[in-house]
Amino acid sequence: MPKNVEKQYRELVDRYIKSQSEMDLYAGQEISREFIEKEISPEEVIGIHKSALMELLPDASDEVWHSFDFLIEMMIHYGLALQENQSLVRKQEEIQMEINIAAKVQDTLLKTEVPNFEGLDIGYLSVPAMEMSGDYIYFLSDNKKYASVGVADVIGKGIPAALCMSMIKYAMDSMQKEDSSPQVVLDVVNRIVEERVDDSMFISMFYGKYEAEGSVFSYASAGHEPALLYKASTETFEELDADGLLLGVQANVDYKEHSVVLEHGDFIAMMTDGVTETRTEDGFIDEEIIKTFLESVKDESAQSIADAVYRNFSEMQNYQLRDDFTIVIFKKDENV
Amino acid sequence: MKLQVELLEKENVHCFKVKGEIDAFTAPLLKERLASIQNLNDLQVELDLSEVEYIDSTGLGVFVGFFKKLKDNNGYMKITGASNRIKRLFEITGLDQIIDVEAMEGGNRDAAI
Repeated sequence: MPKNVEKQYRELVDRYIKSQSEMDLYAGQEISREFIEKEISPEEVIGIHKSALMELLPDASDEVWHSFDFLIEMMIHYGLALQENQSLVRKQEEIQMEINIAAKVQDTLLKTEVPNFEGLDIGYLSVPAMEMSGDYIYFLSDNKKYASVGVADVIGKGIPAALCMSMIKYAMDSMQKEDSSPQVVLDVVNRIVEERVDDSMFISMFYGKYEAEGSVFSYASAGHEPALLYKASTETFEELDADGLLLGVQANVDYKEHSVVLEHGDFIAMMTDGVTETRTEDGFIDEEIIKTFLESVKDESAQSIADAVYRNFSEMQNYQLRDDFTIVIFKKDENV
Repeated sequence: MKLQVELLEKENVHCFKVKGEIDAFTAPLLKERLASIQNLNDLQVELDLSEVEYIDSTGLGVFVGFFKKLKDNNGYMKITGASNRIKRLFEITGLDQIIDVEAMEGGNRDAAI
């Protein structure tokens, strides 16, 4: 223990015993901060206090000094607990750093390129609720004949979910060369996931494929929220639903595939349940609210629609996302 | 929001009455309670969800995990008292194709409200 610290402490206690001024209390706080910085343990602080008193009040009775020894003994375990706490804090900082790095690696690994497609305006947005997202968007396209997108939500959340996502990405990558239908893609991804994931982990995924010839959008769903199709000609919404079990539950699943023809001004909104399960203080938001909102921005570009939905919904939740938020818009636009 | 899980054994059927919200915070409790069943062989399980207000994806994961375990052991699982919202959740995820889901008796109560 540095002698000057002890001296400083003693002088302060001396002043305080005589005057009880606020100023000295404040100075005491400063010293305690210094003690903490220098990692002086609670029992050492009491030791310092005791030596100070022995000089200041030499006539105090032995009982008082014995009681201090008792108190020092009492404080030893507090000191140990404090040390443990400090080492946990350090460990947590290390883990946090690793998570930050992992999140960056995830971003790089899972990068996807938005197709540049004539006649189809594509916009998307994915915002994680925690550092690592459990939502995943992956585009596949030859930028000429077809543009496909997979929108997936991995359950649980956090790191295990993120690791699981790389698996989906590589499964989908393996089909990049072939011109596969949504049904086939889901079937292949399901077999790969089913073999490899933990029992309580699974993935929902919507897979859609737009083909320039005939402007056909075909889709299949593995337990995912239906997509919403806005038809400009009738100004109405249609749910794009297709039967199919979540990925990773059982090996043989019959994924149904359907298709619709897109006309100028039509758009499809593919979302994860962070969007459709948006909760406000009054409960869940109604699907009608989503539709009404989408309709109000129907004339915007695909990216503006995605951005506007996010702004609107995060506002409704007081900017606190409960779940990852992901939306992809495919908009048929002959001027693109 | 708290979650309560009561086990009411009816002859050979393990009947669980679940009350509350099943989300990321409460799902571990449900998982633990279900995992406490010792012998899964030919086990019949009924989960009464008539007083469950909400299930999120983590909660759904507990059901899927338990279903898979039962299936591997020749067991059987049924869900009863599902509200419209919960029934829809099982429909969207396709889980109603592999798990029996009975809707809430005589009610179209929307549990979310």
